[in-house]
Amino acid sequence: MRPFAYVKPVDVETAVLAAAKPGAKFLGGGTNLVDLMREGIERPDTVVDVTGLPFDTVDELPGGGLRIGAMVRNSALAADPRVRARYPVLSQALLCGASGQLRNMATVGGNLLQRTRCPYFYDTAAACNKREPGSGCDALDGFNRGCAILGVSESCIATHPSDMCVALAALDAVVEVRGADGTRRIPLTDFHRLPGDTPEIETTLAPGDLVTAVELPPVAAGSRYRKVRDRASYAFALVSVAAALRVSDGIVTEVRLALGGVAPKPWRAREAERLLVGGPADEASFRRAAEAELAAATLRPDNAFKVALAASTVVATLRMLSTEGASR
Amino acid sequence: MTEMRMKVNGSVESLDVEPWVSLLDALRDRLGVTGPKKGCDQGACGACTVLVDGMRINACLALAVQYDGREITTIEGVAHPLQEAFVRHDGFQCGYCTPGQICSAIGMLAEYEAGMPSAVTESPGLDEAEIRERMSGNLCRCGAYNGIVDAIMDVTGR
Amino acid sequence: MSIDYVKPEQATGTTRYVGQAVDRVDGTAKTSGQARFAAEFPYPDLAHAALVHATIARGRITAIDTAAARVVHGVVDVLTHENAPAMKPAPKMSMLNLGSIASSSSVNYLATDEVHWNGQPVAVVVAETVETARYAASLVAPTYQELPAAVDFATEKHNAVPEKKGNPLLEGGADKGDATAALAAAPVSVDLEFSTPQYNHNAIEPHATTAVWDGDHLTLHDSTQNIGWVRKHLAQRFGVPEKSIRILSPFVGGGFGGKGRAWPGTLLAVLAARATGRAVRLALTREGVYHTVGGRTPSTQRVALGADAQGRLTAIVHTSVSRIARVGGLPEPVTTATHHLYAVPNIHLSHEVVELDLLTNTFMRAPGEAIGTFALESAIDELAWELGMDPIELRLRNEPERDPVSGKSFTQRMLREAYARGAERFGWRDRDPRPGVMRDGRWLVGMGVATAFRGSIHMPVHVTVRLGADGKLVVRCALHEIGMGTATAQAQIAADEMGVPLESVRVEYGDSELPRGVGAIGSAQTASAAASVLAACAKLRKAVLALAPPGSPLRGRRIEELEARDGGLHHRDGGQTYTEILTAAGRDHLEVEHKPTMLGFLARTVRDSRRWVKATTGAQFCEVRVDPDTGEVRVSRWLGVFDLGTVINARTAASQLRGGIVMGIGMALSEQTLIDHRTGRIMNPSLAEYHVPVHADIPHIDIDYLNEPDPTMPLGLHGIGEVSITGAAAAVANAVRHATGKRVRDLPITLDKLL
Repeated sequence: MRPFAYVKPVDVETAVLAAAKPGAKFLGGGTNLVDLMREGIERPDTVVDVTGLPFDTVDELPGGGLRIGAMVRNSALAADPRVRARYPVLSQALLCGASGQLRNMATVGGNLLQRTRCPYFYDTAAACNKREPGSGCDALDGFNRGCAILGVSESCIATHPSDMCVALAALDAVVEVRGADGTRRIPLTDFHRLPGDTPEIETTLAPGDLVTAVELPPVAAGSRYRKVRDRASYAFALVSVAAALRVSDGIVTEVRLALGGVAPKPWRAREAERLLVGGPADEASFRRAAEAELAAATLRPDNAFKVALAASTVVATLRMLSTEGASR
Repeated sequence: MTEMRMKVNGSVESLDVEPWVSLLDALRDRLGVTGPKKGCDQGACGACTVLVDGMRINACLALAVQYDGREITTIEGVAHPLQEAFVRHDGFQCGYCTPGQICSAIGMLAEYEAGMPSAVTESPGLDEAEIRERMSGNLCRCGAYNGIVDAIMDVTGR
Repeated sequence: MSIDYVKPEQATGTTRYVGQAVDRVDGTAKTSGQARFAAEFPYPDLAHAALVHATIARGRITAIDTAAARVVHGVVDVLTHENAPAMKPAPKMSMLNLGSIASSSSVNYLATDEVHWNGQPVAVVVAETVETARYAASLVAPTYQELPAAVDFATEKHNAVPEKKGNPLLEGGADKGDATAALAAAPVSVDLEFSTPQYNHNAIEPHATTAVWDGDHLTLHDSTQNIGWVRKHLAQRFGVPEKSIRILSPFVGGGFGGKGRAWPGTLLAVLAARATGRAVRLALTREGVYHTVGGRTPSTQRVALGADAQGRLTAIVHTSVSRIARVGGLPEPVTTATHHLYAVPNIHLSHEVVELDLLTNTFMRAPGEAIGTFALESAIDELAWELGMDPIELRLRNEPERDPVSGKSFTQRMLREAYARGAERFGWRDRDPRPGVMRDGRWLVGMGVATAFRGSIHMPVHVTVRLGADGKLVVRCALHEIGMGTATAQAQIAADEMGVPLESVRVEYGDSELPRGVGAIGSAQTASAAASVLAACAKLRKAVLALAPPGSPLRGRRIEELEARDGGLHHRDGGQTYTEILTAAGRDHLEVEHKPTMLGFLARTVRDSRRWVKATTGAQFCEVRVDPDTGEVRVSRWLGVFDLGTVINARTAASQLRGGIVMGIGMALSEQTLIDHRTGRIMNPSLAEYHVPVHADIPHIDIDYLNEPDPTMPLGLHGIGEVSITGAAAAVANAVRHATGKRVRDLPITLDKLL
């Protein structure tokens, strides 16, 4: 990989200052950034290792929510008894991601900033507007089986690969960011951007902005994560569904639904939610809602199956929640 | 160059490494500890699995400088009943993924004992489905998966 | 029937080790980290090399800017076609020149400005560290003049031409009767198109070479499964005598055919070491393996079957299109198994091949049969649906007594027994024959079968066996250990032959200084080595007997009267240990060799092949669960019952058979190499995106075998490294068909094909 300077600040002010310089990049567990640096895709001048910062705890919030430090490792978060009890969808999403080894390394902050697995992004010989703005998009007429169908543009159809973020999107998580001008709070659903004409800009972070925590509001509904992929484990999602559902007398009283593997960002399915609330908790309405959400899909030959797959997975996940009540 | 110290398999090692040197390359090329293997160099096969303070990680995606002051255990530093169980149950063929499989299994058992759930956890007990899911980060192209699971079941007394 | 190997006059002891589940002799080395692989040998002046890969499919390098790479601190040299020392061109392919068969392509790397495939090495950077070499390689900037290239198999397959008669060891097309007419006249028929993608071996050890020149002497640590051929090839390319090259490969991290030839990484490591005067290590990146080591050809296949209403086959048509590269590669003998599996009067088999501007293809576990049986055995299953007949019954009804195309005898053929035993053990009778009705909760359940078939060959091997006065035995042969348990199996055989404890036998292998072995290819190694170990041990026993001192109870005995056991030779009236005999004779050791000639071997092979078809077969049973919402397929149970001749080591044999099935499951469900149709670039050159099965994909795999010796093979054994991948993908596809009612004819069976 390209040589770089390495700093490991022990306080957040120094970290933010160090990262404000052009060419600086934060390093968490390294599971994505180190790979991308080795491939020549990321070429930072300075790597600011933030794993020494004191953001590695999960704390109670007044009112029953949780505040998750950005340096908490994925495995620790998945195993946290409060997360398992109150936000099973989050624990499950984390456990569906990567492998045991990688989850021990990967941080919450790093997971938010994961970059796409689009094959044309990964190959520096290919045209990719995200990696090399203005170079074109070889995925449009290439291998796009894994690519996005919602929120895409003519310049980019790459997906966001995170599982955790899909759960966070469903849970109305809020990202706490520390920048040069102090602390900001960004709803997770606004944290990632759609590609438009600038697919290289993936989040609403400014240079030097450091993710310090993720906050979860209390959620009463039972929740569950379902990931569909090409292997039984250790593969990125073709489609995933994070759902929370509350049913009273056969009527949906609360629903949260987010999709992974189908969009350049974790996709909160607002339209489906709108159609579901107040309606019957049955298979037909689940399917109608899912299909309405997917009606705007932009399809390529290889990824057209994702419409049917996403709809079926939404139905299956909601069916399970409605018949079993809250998952374990 | 960054000067750093690690305890590797019980002995303290001082080394000067550039920040872009991975923990895996530091072990293999600088310290001659070649038990951890390089199968993909991108966190996709698990052959490089080592234990850091008892926790399993992929050494290929770890920058060595991030592990200053830590205690690293590779297969060379392992003395565990799993090793004999792997032989008895033929949990390998070519042997290249084996150091990673064994280190991963040791880390996995510790995780399980500490209450770590998995994507298939439904009932208590480390059954075959649990082991398979928890070991899925370690590829074996020879296809010795049955023997590996049997070896792990054996040492856990099931 | 000839009895070349089962020798009635032989004084062998009671079998004690052959057939047993013996622990691997190298088990501790592999579980303790002591086993060293090719990239793990230190040299004081070691430098590291990295490749620069072309990014176009075909054209010329008009300029190559190495300035930025050269100024990186720690770079030793950058080799390109402008400055690299010349290698001799690749020898023209000839069956009489093993060095030429080892050639992985006709390209002479770094000798010209030509680019023949996307990913071809166009420069080598040598540096003090692996990180520096890789980084500097990323700075080398070639400029290309692109030429039109044919890279897309799907569109180019229409330009395929009939395969040239080439390799005599590979079965080509065949015609018997009038298959077209018989097919048209058949009351029941199926006519189906199948396709299989490119597959890559993906041994977990990426190819690696450490090359050290000392004058004209080369020492090479290389991850090869073919020491002898690669050494010959290197001698030809670098203009040195074979004996001045030493290849050391005691441990190789998997091969599956992918390490059977001299690929560019090996050649360029040797070249870089010669150019820089340094010891050079070139460990390919995973991406580098994809770009420089060929995989299995993609194929399209047509299988048409005609049958009468009782399910007796009247016609088989099996045709295939596969690809090679313009710069080399082997036509895949796709229809090999179809020559031999079914009794049918009218047969038409043919191969067509198209040449593309891609990296050469190469052999991968059961070339031909692995993908050929997918199409054939899927079609047989589909015919069973058409007939409303049990698919096992259909197969048994068409089981031939003699080889269907040639009329030759089978040396051994126990498929009926395999199916009978398998059906019982797998619970086939519990299968509801209707599609889509078996359930486990919401999961759809399906059961499928398919036949496995792999031809059996063996080759001449030179071994020496040394018996020490301490009673210890050393077997020496340049064999390969890439996971099959080579040393363990040969030690078992030698221990039995000489009647000594297994612990007293050491097998030396993986070194070209040893007597000439055979590549770990074509499932040939174990049987080849066993033949020579048997012969050498027979000589050794005679040599021991000749030393029997006066007064020995062995004196004057004929070898046929003796038994080798308890560390010596014994007659019912008494015997002596080897230690006693050698000590009395004042001998420190006795050493014998067996060195069959290539000519004698060829003569016997030709004679045998005129008389017999030799093969391993099996019955594969697969059960799947399919998620009706998502189309996800999980293999839930597996049984393979195989007819393999004698099994030497019950444990390692079961592992090897399981390994083939695991690879077959990957082939069926998730594996494929994606080659961009515009650029010829492999777009998933990584273990993250090329999906080999993981732990969670593989259930317990039940293995059974009939263990009937083949009287024409040494000890009655066959090689078993490949047979179990054959039929595996079809068994999965047939189970999916049963579970869902859907016939997927293009591999892999990813979930989108079942939605």
